[in-house]
Amino acid sequence: MKEQDKISANEITPPTVYFNRRNFIRTGILAASAVATGAAYRRLNPVAMGEVKTAKLEGVISAPSATNAATGFRVDEPETSFEDITHYNNFYEFSTDKEGVASAAQGFDTKGWQVSVEGLVNKPKVFGLDDLLKISPPEERIYRMRCVEGWSMVIPWAGFSLSKLLDVVEPTSDANFVAFETLLDPKRMPGQRSDVLNWPYVEGLRLDEAMHPLAILASGIYGRALPPQDGAPIRLVTPWKYGFKGIKSIVKIKLVAEQPRTSWSEYAPNEYGFYANVNPQVDHPRWSQATEQRIGESGRRPTLMFNGYEEQVGYLYAGIDLRKNF
Amino acid sequence: MKENDIRFIKLLILVNGLVPLALLVWDQGHQQLGANPQNFLILTTGMMTLIFLVLTMAVTPLRKITGWNWLIQFRRMLGLYAFFYGCLHFLCFFSLDRGFSVSSTLTEMLKRKYLIVGSTALIVMIPLAITSTNAMIKRLGGKRWRALHRLAYVAAIAGVIHYYMQVKADVRQPLVFAAVLAVLLGYRLVVYLRQTKPAKAAAPAAKPG
Repeated sequence: MKEQDKISANEITPPTVYFNRRNFIRTGILAASAVATGAAYRRLNPVAMGEVKTAKLEGVISAPSATNAATGFRVDEPETSFEDITHYNNFYEFSTDKEGVASAAQGFDTKGWQVSVEGLVNKPKVFGLDDLLKISPPEERIYRMRCVEGWSMVIPWAGFSLSKLLDVVEPTSDANFVAFETLLDPKRMPGQRSDVLNWPYVEGLRLDEAMHPLAILASGIYGRALPPQDGAPIRLVTPWKYGFKGIKSIVKIKLVAEQPRTSWSEYAPNEYGFYANVNPQVDHPRWSQATEQRIGESGRRPTLMFNGYEEQVGYLYAGIDLRKNF
Repeated sequence: MKENDIRFIKLLILVNGLVPLALLVWDQGHQQLGANPQNFLILTTGMMTLIFLVLTMAVTPLRKITGWNWLIQFRRMLGLYAFFYGCLHFLCFFSLDRGFSVSSTLTEMLKRKYLIVGSTALIVMIPLAITSTNAMIKRLGGKRWRALHRLAYVAAIAGVIHYYMQVKADVRQPLVFAAVLAVLLGYRLVVYLRQTKPAKAAAPAAKPG
């Protein structure tokens, strides 16, 4: 103010008004800063669960009743909600943030998908997805899913036993293992642009494990086609093993003589083994596997041997030291 | 800085520090903490602890570089927020993950080493919180108080290691915390070395160079 001396006394803002204005501005700053902090928090922790819609699967054969549970095809526990199954995923090809996979995988294009079944088989074949799904009608399988991180779900899959595919290609007598491979395409799978894991993701099973009726190739959940975040268009499900064995978005299945390399055991051999059978008595080196957090429940449940499928699969591991072969 | 302005900035920090907690409580009430709310609460409170620890550690370097000495007046508040969120973090784990069971918490600690590291971080913060009052500073004397409060370094380092140890594979986020912390601690080391060097140089004449 240049002409300060010309301001008459009654033009000077009275102290009460001045302080009111200052308080007003301060309240504004306070509110604005709180909103900015809140917005930053929201950006880092978005709450919206985007709606997931995939095609309805036709002719899904429902799982046998709970009273006929000896097969393990239907577990008599409350199913995890579709929202949770499709918004809490470990699928590093899209994001290492379990709650960020759904949005990162949105729009993943599976048109023209092919699965090459090769190696030690009499009838190798590159299947188009439709041909592959025609091998056997989809069956509903309600399985427990136990993640190696200590959480679990109950998921109504739609799929058919892997053994049916293997019967079609006829493994030779030299085949001892089945090796699986996920699509490698950093353009469609942005997570593959960082080298968190050695891409492509690979998994494997012993041939007798692969032939077990509980091991399925799944193409759906809740009677709908698999959403991308759950492994579209086709994935492996082995309910007695930790979730990471269930390789997603499969493009190659190869019958081999020697035990194939697997992604997580290659990443940390002392933490993740080839078998990766759910076992409450064998802890992960950094955490206990005795209990699990069932998604949708509070508190923790005890983890069951072979994830509750001991009756069905226990014989596969007779005489094997499960502490060494974890 | 006028006393009045300092008070206002303190209010600003107080309110903004509570915003994440308010949103956590709000989201919990509206059941929108995601598929694994227990985990989300534990993770987010832990993250807030680390953020406030880093902010606390940033005060001194920032003050010395900018010459804004009044910044020091907000350090206690930031440190107490770190302790506050650290306590919430532990309470979430103790209640939601361990069902208020002391024995299960202890056995779990023996199995998971990162829990021991995390507990160390929280435990060393306790004397710091207790001695954070003006009266305690006076009682201890500036020198002893400062020495004691170097435990904050232990808390911050242990906190970041605790986070790093439990990540399954993607260590990028804990490494960001580690990098920021390294810069803040590195600054102190450089200052310390520079302060001790002249003393050495002043000692018996060096050979002519």
